Amino acid sequence: MPTNILMPALSPTMEKGNLAKWLKKEGDTIKSGDIIAEIETDKATMEVEAVDEGILAKILVPDGTADVAVNEIIGVIAAEGEDVKAVAAPAKAEAPKAEAAPKAAAPAPVAEAPKASEAPKAAAAPAASTSGERPFASPLAKRLAKEAGLDLAKIQGSGPHGRIVEKDIEAAKAGGTAKAAPPAAPVAAPKPAAAPLAAGMSDEAVKKLFAPDSYEEVPHDGMRKTIARRLLESKQTIPHFYLTIDCELDALLKLRAELNAAAPEKDGKPAYKLSVNDMVIKALALALRAVPEANVSWTENTMLKHKHADVGVAVSIPGGLITPVIRDACHKTLSQISNEMKDLAARAKNRKLKPEEYQGGTTAVSNLGMFGVKDFAAIVNPPHATILAVGAGEQRAVVKGGQLAVATVMSVTLSTDHRAVDGALGAELMQAFKGYIEKPMAMLV
Amino acid sequence: MADYDVIIIGSGPGGYVAAIRAAQLGFKTAIVEREHLAGICSNWGCIPTKALLRSAEILHYGQHAKDYGLKLEGTFTADLAAVVARSRGIAARMNNGVQFLMKKNKVDVIWGEAKLTKSGTVAVAPTKKPAMQPQVPPPKGAKGEGTYTADHIIVATGARPRALPGIEPDGKLIWTYFESMVPAKMPKSLLVMGSGAIGIEFASFYRTMGVEVTVVEVMPQVVPVEDAEIGAFARKAFEKQGMKILTGAKVTKVEKGADSVTAHIEDEKGGKQTITADRMISAVGVVGNIENLGLEALGVKTDRGCIVIDDFCRTNVKGVYAIGDVAGPPMLAHKAEHEAVICVEAIKGLHPHAMDKLMIPGCTYCHPQIASVGLTEAKAKAAGYELKVGRFPFVANGKAVALGEDSGLVKTIFDAKTGKLLGAHMVGAEVTELIQGFVVAMNLETTEEELMHSIFPHPTISETMKESVLDAYGKVLNA
Repeated sequence: MPTNILMPALSPTMEKGNLAKWLKKEGDTIKSGDIIAEIETDKATMEVEAVDEGILAKILVPDGTADVAVNEIIGVIAAEGEDVKAVAAPAKAEAPKAEAAPKAAAPAPVAEAPKASEAPKAAAAPAASTSGERPFASPLAKRLAKEAGLDLAKIQGSGPHGRIVEKDIEAAKAGGTAKAAPPAAPVAAPKPAAAPLAAGMSDEAVKKLFAPDSYEEVPHDGMRKTIARRLLESKQTIPHFYLTIDCELDALLKLRAELNAAAPEKDGKPAYKLSVNDMVIKALALALRAVPEANVSWTENTMLKHKHADVGVAVSIPGGLITPVIRDACHKTLSQISNEMKDLAARAKNRKLKPEEYQGGTTAVSNLGMFGVKDFAAIVNPPHATILAVGAGEQRAVVKGGQLAVATVMSVTLSTDHRAVDGALGAELMQAFKGYIEKPMAMLV
Repeated sequence: MADYDVIIIGSGPGGYVAAIRAAQLGFKTAIVEREHLAGICSNWGCIPTKALLRSAEILHYGQHAKDYGLKLEGTFTADLAAVVARSRGIAARMNNGVQFLMKKNKVDVIWGEAKLTKSGTVAVAPTKKPAMQPQVPPPKGAKGEGTYTADHIIVATGARPRALPGIEPDGKLIWTYFESMVPAKMPKSLLVMGSGAIGIEFASFYRTMGVEVTVVEVMPQVVPVEDAEIGAFARKAFEKQGMKILTGAKVTKVEKGADSVTAHIEDEKGGKQTITADRMISAVGVVGNIENLGLEALGVKTDRGCIVIDDFCRTNVKGVYAIGDVAGPPMLAHKAEHEAVICVEAIKGLHPHAMDKLMIPGCTYCHPQIASVGLTEAKAKAAGYELKVGRFPFVANGKAVALGEDSGLVKTIFDAKTGKLLGAHMVGAEVTELIQGFVVAMNLETTEEELMHSIFPHPTISETMKESVLDAYGKVLNA
């Protein structure tokens, strides 16, 4: 019996990925556990291990193919002694075609996977419900819309109080309106029913503004597309609110120098070297523990009040950025945070992070201080409700007790999802944060 | 200026509800009635028959007292005159209730027979039709004979028993529901022609009262509009009670004796027999009262004895509307009431939602009761649906068993593709009170999921409803 190799789902929410490279050729013998291919998702490159043994009879999806749907057949393994040629092709026809992708917004294709029961939930979370509001539709209408891949936000309800009912879906189906956006496109484009958000200029329109040979055209990779989609979605669906506060750093810098000087040697090197950012991560985690109402995620129906402060840290890498997460940062020591951060950052640069290392988190830190940026505002990265933008620590003139003095000051700006964290609550969080930064000893106990 | 904004012809459940709603919306309103306020429903239909059936039911319990561990000393029998008097008293109460509602809502009552003489004009003449006795007298202060004008005229004249040629009811040997409701003495034997709601309810009443009852139905099943499985279940129950049932059989001829009728009956295969009974009830449906209203002269379109209307009860003639039985099937009081509200609200410009006839429930108060909404299994199949069908018997329901009413069945029909509830069919105790649960579910467009997610109280017969839904999806618990 030939065995199909399916495009694996590297995370529960993955709908498609790029087949970066085959590491085996047709005709190669494959043992269980062999690395046979590399898959590139929006943020990481993952290796595909063979589960079955045999001979790689056929590669159906070649190197460098973009947007391969999860569970599409990418290759076929023939058992020992099987006629390799004979087994090769037939399965292809049954495979969900890449063209079927637009439907992927609905969980339909995923649902055929063995994990059927989990799939709908997973897919429904970020992609399907692009809306801000709970759709006012009958249960039957919701189900029909989902099956037909229709976006309820684009359907006019004719039931009581404008409720969307079965016949509205039938009409929409017949009229061909209200197709849900394909997932890769600005799915994010959230809902205002009447006037859909501008999709931006078309590619051609943009190119026309420049002389033909005056630019190089670089296709977007998965990461670029994800950044574009996620941030557009965030800015369009999350009511951002900003709070800026100045923190004096002198005490923190002094403590840091003392701690680093005291680091024991390990293999001829100090066991840790704390950065200001490591201390910012810890301070933010402790502040969230002190103001737990701000350690939340917004969902349409509920507020998720997190029990741990998991801090994502934006790491700039070639071609984009990624936000690995320091889990439960308030319970980790500064040296643990520092060493973990170094490891994550290094692997992020090689795009070798596992999805579980960069997904989730309850808040984030973005630090551009090393570039001399004084102050900026970051975009909330859902499911986070907050993100802290950290500027440079610099000597500034400050007034202390009516006297002009010099202090090292760092400006930070907290962006909040106002649906989840109101202004005063965010201010309270900032106050707690400032407390830890300016009295850093408190972070050690 | 017209005398009224709205004149309604007929004060049955369609007409009087239209009058109330019109008055509520600020219309100057009048209602014309020729015979009895509140119409057939309250006077000669739904309500007085429920009164009769209730007497029969209690008689039945008395006769079966020992099933409940009770001992009845002496005799327990029906006093027919008192049973009928109770029924009439209840009808009169309903009639008076509508009289009160008209007064409260400042609706003018005009007594007499109405005729549309031209657009916007109604001529009312003294009633020629002899009233069925006993009659509740017209309300004091009712207006009479005259010509009245209105911007909007709603025809709500109802329906009357259909008569088959050669078998016309004579009120003595061959009864309609009118005579059936006020028997002077119990016949020993009774032939019921037609097993729709009216026929089967009277069959049930008379059988419980001890009369030998034969039901003749031309269709292949009793209660022909109901799901076949429900019909078969009910038939078994009726036969167990001693009712004789002939389906696929037709009364071809009736010979009247001095105090009996002999019916010639022919079955589908050509088999012939005669049945002699003391009395016969003709219950072969009803026809709309469209005559002598001036509809032809005005050019109001009719079809097969009913006025043709659109989704908002408008006829083809501007300013003329029709609701209820006269506007076509299903000829049910609750359909008339709903149309009344739609009609008046549309006149007011309130944009009501049109009625979905598939969501109109039907209830039959025979013993056991029958209730249903939506498509039968056969109709759903014919409509091309792929089905999931669930069933649950009363015998597996604790409350039903405790009540001594363990004969019943709930059947639910879902579209396998979408989980839409297409139909629900029930037979058994109190199902007429239960069907609304499915009606609401259908109107809210719930799927099987919401029904399964709903918690039904224990111990109730309603648990059979949920179990039936579970059964449709292979998740039944108590069977």
